[in-house]
Amino acid sequence: MSEIRTGAPTPPGTNNVVAVDGASMVFNEGRSNQVDALCDIDLVIGPGEFVSLIGPSGCGKSTLLRLIANLLSPTSGTVLVNGKSAHQARLEQDYGMAFQQSGLFEWRSVEKNIELPLELKGWKKADRRNRSREMLELVKLTDFTEHMPWQLSGGMQQRVAIARALASHPALLLMDEPFGALDEMTREHMQTELLRICAAAGTTVVFVTHSIPEAVYLSSRVVVMSPRPGRITDIIDVPLGGDRSEGTREDDTFYKLITEVREALRASETGGPIVVGVRGIEDR
Amino acid sequence: MFLVSLVLVASLWELYKFLGPEDGGEIFGWPVLPRTGARSMPHTWEMVQRLFDPEVRGNDRPIWFAVAGYAWYTFRMALAGLIIGSVFGVALAVVMSRFRVIERGLLPYVIASQTVPLIALAPQFAALGGNWDLPKWTWVAALGAFLAFFPIAISTLRGLSSPAPASLELMDSYAAGWWVTLRKLRFPSAVPYMVPGFKLAATAAVIGVIVSEVSTGVRGVGFAALTYAQAATSDPAKVYAAVFGAALLGLAMFGIVVAAEAVVMRNRPRDVAA
Repeated sequence: MSEIRTGAPTPPGTNNVVAVDGASMVFNEGRSNQVDALCDIDLVIGPGEFVSLIGPSGCGKSTLLRLIANLLSPTSGTVLVNGKSAHQARLEQDYGMAFQQSGLFEWRSVEKNIELPLELKGWKKADRRNRSREMLELVKLTDFTEHMPWQLSGGMQQRVAIARALASHPALLLMDEPFGALDEMTREHMQTELLRICAAAGTTVVFVTHSIPEAVYLSSRVVVMSPRPGRITDIIDVPLGGDRSEGTREDDTFYKLITEVREALRASETGGPIVVGVRGIEDR
Repeated sequence: MFLVSLVLVASLWELYKFLGPEDGGEIFGWPVLPRTGARSMPHTWEMVQRLFDPEVRGNDRPIWFAVAGYAWYTFRMALAGLIIGSVFGVALAVVMSRFRVIERGLLPYVIASQTVPLIALAPQFAALGGNWDLPKWTWVAALGAFLAFFPIAISTLRGLSSPAPASLELMDSYAAGWWVTLRKLRFPSAVPYMVPGFKLAATAAVIGVIVSEVSTGVRGVGFAALTYAQAATSDPAKVYAAVFGAALLGLAMFGIVVAAEAVVMRNRPRDVAA
């Protein structure tokens, strides 16, 4: 379990995978529809960690993920990935990304979808083929190499999307509610698969979710966020160990941790330093 | 199914010819009912029979053969028009999707271009051709292209902006530039939208070519229809030979697009909404 906690100063040159320092994000600044999405976020993630971002909708957890991915640039503060600026990390394809919708290209076969990031990196055809075979073994879809995405179930599509995100062996995997659209059984199965895959590759994961059990089951740390403006209100360590299986879900520690996260979420919504003014009425 | 509907249309024609008033009719004083006399509505079998008679007296060439020749000429011009129109339409859509400013500035002109009366325009076009020493048929093809580019540009523009935000973010996360995103994501996503645009364009190209043949005197099937129609008083069935030729030509153009659709859409899900 990592000892690195939020708020710790980040000296440059350390081997942190993600280092967010005082990042704020304001949309439509200075206009009537101004939204303070994130406020003064500090977050440091070490190699091999699995960190979940959890909070009510509108708390900016997806925005934080997009700051790390450099799909958005913070209004203030800095984001470092692998010790480089997030922008440089994106140019070098240091991370893989998966979304709630698998986002597979429907005109490409399963194999070709997985090869997409490699193609864009300029890999040779034979190398791409080898790697996609390797990834298909990892996600257990070797029988579906030539299939088109629409011929697969939702869970299988999501596995292809994960294979695509990991195809270039990135050190960091960013996931935005990847299992949100799946049924409960498939979802639990996919969670176990994801842990297996990431443990095998030693991948660091930042995982956005609004399911408490999912966050607890997967993570080494759960980051609890509050809305308007999005802040980190609590970070909960999950001492369930590295070897988790379906049995872990029956564990007493598992239930205790779920309760702990739930209480932290409630506290972030009701208490906290956020002043509820006139605005609070329309926000319910 | 096609044969059944063909028989049905022919029967309706004959039924109306049998029941309708000889000299046309009026409803509430409006002369809306067409005349059914032999000059205005020849029997369907006469039309078919006429196909196998010589085009002009003293010539062995049956009229269907002559019409097929005209139609083939028109077909080539329409195909050229469709190809030119596609290149131009797709290029326009790409530029408009790339620069919103250009889309806002250009789109009204693109729409206005389709309200220009083509028949009035055709001779002007052909006159321009005189300066550049190009054969007349190129100008007829250009007018086909003029009608064809519009549905292609509009449907392609819509298709290029169809990718889901997550797909665009994905390409962004790969640090893919505009050109790569266009090739790998926007174009393939646009294909299901472009297919109906091309279907409209194929028939529009035929209409454009036929209409401009009439006013430029290029000897395709439209020109044939006009000259046959001048002989309609003595030979009313003859003009329908040209009409059949034009209709078959339109179907052939449409068929090419449908065949192309089958190729490009072969691996796609069936239920794509266009």
